[in-house]
Amino acid sequence: MARIIVITSGKGGVGKTTSAASLAMGLAQRGRRTAVIDFDVGLRNLDLIMGCERRVVYDFVNVINQEATLNQALIRDKRCDHLYVLPASQTRDKDALTREGVARVLDELAQGFEFIVCDSPAGIEHGALMAMYFADDALVVTNPEVSSVRDSDRMLGILSSKSKRAEEGAEPIREYLLLTRYDPLRVDQGDMLSVDDVKEILSLNLIGIIPESKAVLSASNAGIPVILDRDSDAGQAYADMVARYLGEDVPHRFLEAEKKGFLSRLFRG
Amino acid sequence: MGLLDYFRSTQSKGSANVAKERLQILVAHDRAARGRPSYLPKLQQEILDVIRKYVDVDMNAVSVNYEQEEAHEILELNIVLPEAGHSRL
Repeated sequence: MARIIVITSGKGGVGKTTSAASLAMGLAQRGRRTAVIDFDVGLRNLDLIMGCERRVVYDFVNVINQEATLNQALIRDKRCDHLYVLPASQTRDKDALTREGVARVLDELAQGFEFIVCDSPAGIEHGALMAMYFADDALVVTNPEVSSVRDSDRMLGILSSKSKRAEEGAEPIREYLLLTRYDPLRVDQGDMLSVDDVKEILSLNLIGIIPESKAVLSASNAGIPVILDRDSDAGQAYADMVARYLGEDVPHRFLEAEKKGFLSRLFRG
Repeated sequence: MGLLDYFRSTQSKGSANVAKERLQILVAHDRAARGRPSYLPKLQQEILDVIRKYVDVDMNAVSVNYEQEEAHEILELNIVLPEAGHSRL
């Protein structure tokens, strides 16, 4: 049985798509057959972050409307054989994601994949609710910042009441906190919520801390999931996150501010 | 950027603490509201309407509290009756 993982946050711009792309790539690189679906109908972006935007022929909504088969719409990643992307539709209305249609696509994917990563749109509208409805696991992407933390808490409430598992009284969705854009220096200065602060407020299992990193923008510029940038801190942090998701006991890194030398402190403020 | 900024930044230490405190209050409040049945505001209004038939009370005189404990839920109604002389009968 495939495991369905939703990447959610409530707030926009916190790194959901970046995280979905890196999680899916990380799982696939470990030999696990993985599909990643963009649920952001009308504003698709996952294809850009994955670098396959020019290979999109059919999309999620085409498959739901049975205008294309799943195999026609799935894009195989050129860097990793085990990874497939199902892009969102760019033009149609959001109601195209019917619960029955999404269920059918997920069921079909579950036949051939071990993991199905659902990249949710921001907000709590239809697309976001559809992305989380069928989830087994949820990664709640959160920035150490008040509105993001509050929205994450709101999403936890929705996950525990409006998901299929909640409605059927099944074992609840496994929820994990993924803290992104973390800046240890600002935490040291007392200007940013620390990992422990956010953990305490949301009382969630921490699956990863992704440091604020220039590598994320460079990777998205190039259409490469940042996890493939193995020299970068963000790439390594995502690799750790994937290992933790698969049950490995990996200590958290990138929690300490880089010690600045006297000269660099003098010149860069 | 200079010495002044350096001192200022050490003085302002703690904006994260403010954030944490605000969030703790907010999240506790949001969570309390989340578990409540959606009929509570209407229940409060209807109870108030019934009481008003007999006694002159205002909206703030009735408070409805809902608490969830492990095995049971408590619905608590608190009605502050006005002093004698406000009876409508």
